[in-house]
Amino acid sequence: MPKLTYRVWKVWRRNFDVFTKTIKVNFLPSLLEPILYLLAFGFGLGGFIPSIQGQPYIDFIAPALVAIAIMNGAFFECTFGSFVRMYYQKTFDAIVATPVSVEEVVAGELLWGATRSTINATIVLAVIAIFGLIKSPLFLLVVPLAFFGGLMFGSIAMCFTAAAPNIDFFNFPSFLFLTPMFFLSGTFFPLTSLPYAAQVAAMAVLPLTHVVNICRALVTTHVEPILGLNPQTLLLISLAWIIVVGVFFFIVSINLMKKRLTG
Amino acid sequence: MKSAGALFSWRVFLSFLKKLILIQLFLSFDDFTAVDHIDFKVYKGECVGFLGPNGAGKTTTVRMMYCFLLPTSGELKLAGLSVNTQCREIKSIVGVAPQEDNLDPDFTAIKNLTVYARYFDIPKDEALKRAEEQLKFFQLEEKRDVPIAALSTGMKRRLIFARALINQPQILLLDEPTTGLDPQARHLAWDEVRNLKKKQVTIILTTHYMDEAAFLCDRILIIDRGKIIEEGKPAELVKKHVGEEVLELDYDEKLIPTLKEAFPGADFERLGDRLQIFTDKPHGVFEGFLKDHPMQNVTIRTANLEDVFLKLTGRGLREE
Repeated sequence: MPKLTYRVWKVWRRNFDVFTKTIKVNFLPSLLEPILYLLAFGFGLGGFIPSIQGQPYIDFIAPALVAIAIMNGAFFECTFGSFVRMYYQKTFDAIVATPVSVEEVVAGELLWGATRSTINATIVLAVIAIFGLIKSPLFLLVVPLAFFGGLMFGSIAMCFTAAAPNIDFFNFPSFLFLTPMFFLSGTFFPLTSLPYAAQVAAMAVLPLTHVVNICRALVTTHVEPILGLNPQTLLLISLAWIIVVGVFFFIVSINLMKKRLTG
Repeated sequence: MKSAGALFSWRVFLSFLKKLILIQLFLSFDDFTAVDHIDFKVYKGECVGFLGPNGAGKTTTVRMMYCFLLPTSGELKLAGLSVNTQCREIKSIVGVAPQEDNLDPDFTAIKNLTVYARYFDIPKDEALKRAEEQLKFFQLEEKRDVPIAALSTGMKRRLIFARALINQPQILLLDEPTTGLDPQARHLAWDEVRNLKKKQVTIILTTHYMDEAAFLCDRILIIDRGKIIEEGKPAELVKKHVGEEVLELDYDEKLIPTLKEAFPGADFERLGDRLQIFTDKPHGVFEGFLKDHPMQNVTIRTANLEDVFLKLTGRGLREE
């Protein structure tokens, strides 16, 4: 169990200072991507697709775009971003020579990943709001969900960073983990159209499934009857999954990184 | 007097009260013993130099001193604080100027300093004030708002030095501080080290520059293969190991008997087609010889720390 103090925020703040310098570059992709998906799949494709559980297709995919932003934000920040800081810039080495501990550096990075998720998710939320796709006042709760979901994804990502011998290594989790999730977590088609076993797998192993479930509930009040579960049960399971897995990987990733950085 | 062959122990500590704390250090990772049973002590206000070939264990030892690596056994204390339990306190009184460039490439020179100051809980105004002072001293004022990608190696080294001082440390760890600096910058850095010595800052530095070690350090430790093989004041080490003067001339087999007769007991070192003769006799002994045997391509010089170093660690190259 790592010992953390307020100093984690100093590491967070360093990353935030860099972000504010490069904000224009960071802002645009997060804005354009959901717009393109909504136009291509929502309007373009959606006209050919009958409603899904009473929802038009564009309404169905909108919350998924938010969830994907949550996943990508933290994952890329805690893999590529952290790796560059750790390995090429040696920023972590510099910080660790001060009263900030190695655990606090990693925790600060994870909190920053979560923040990136929150920022990206908020941008996507704004886009889908402009498209008129928000159907519930609960949508504001997506923001805290983005933070904790981001923390979970970032922690998983950080474990890869602890193991990465070079930057190309991240192709593995990108293509073997993120891409399957992108398609198979109830994002662009309902999970209930897959066989039971596949639904079990998605719920058990794919973190994005749970983030999508909650996002969809908060934005559109629709909940897919995955595994035949009723909405309350499903959402509770998803929430619990995110919390348990998040806490687990938060601790594990910090320990793995500590081992890597201090031999 | 200590002999290199005996199993002696040295002690590591830095103490305000100059009290001895007996410590032994042993560190190994991955079956490779980087530092093997060294212990030594450093007194407050001293400047101690670590010399050694690449891979000797100097950087490892320095890294242990700011808790970057932990010793596998033994104890290491700085100002009475143990690295095993009091890392934060140690890091707040220690300043580190590492060998590598780990400045923030996204920030300007001044922002690098103020961001670093934040880690020490230095208030914003104070941090800015100290940063400006440091930039001024190291003549980097013009580069204050320049992103560091635009700085030369020398300027970056100076900035790293400035950054190490931002928390006004009691103990300064300098890992090869003047590597890559031009002579002006080196002398500037040496001035700052001497200023700090006056302020009773304890300084530990590693270097390959013998003139730097001889000029700055009160004491030198020569480390090779993870062990301390010699320790002492620079001038004493020179006198003890290589004598007073060195005569360098072209190697000529025919001359050897004459030379051996003229300089009994002197050390002879052959390097390729040059010969070095070390003597501990007072100055003038070589000049006298050369009057009677005039030669071309001859140099007489005072023996220095580099001679000591090469004698003790050999001339073979080391892999890092």
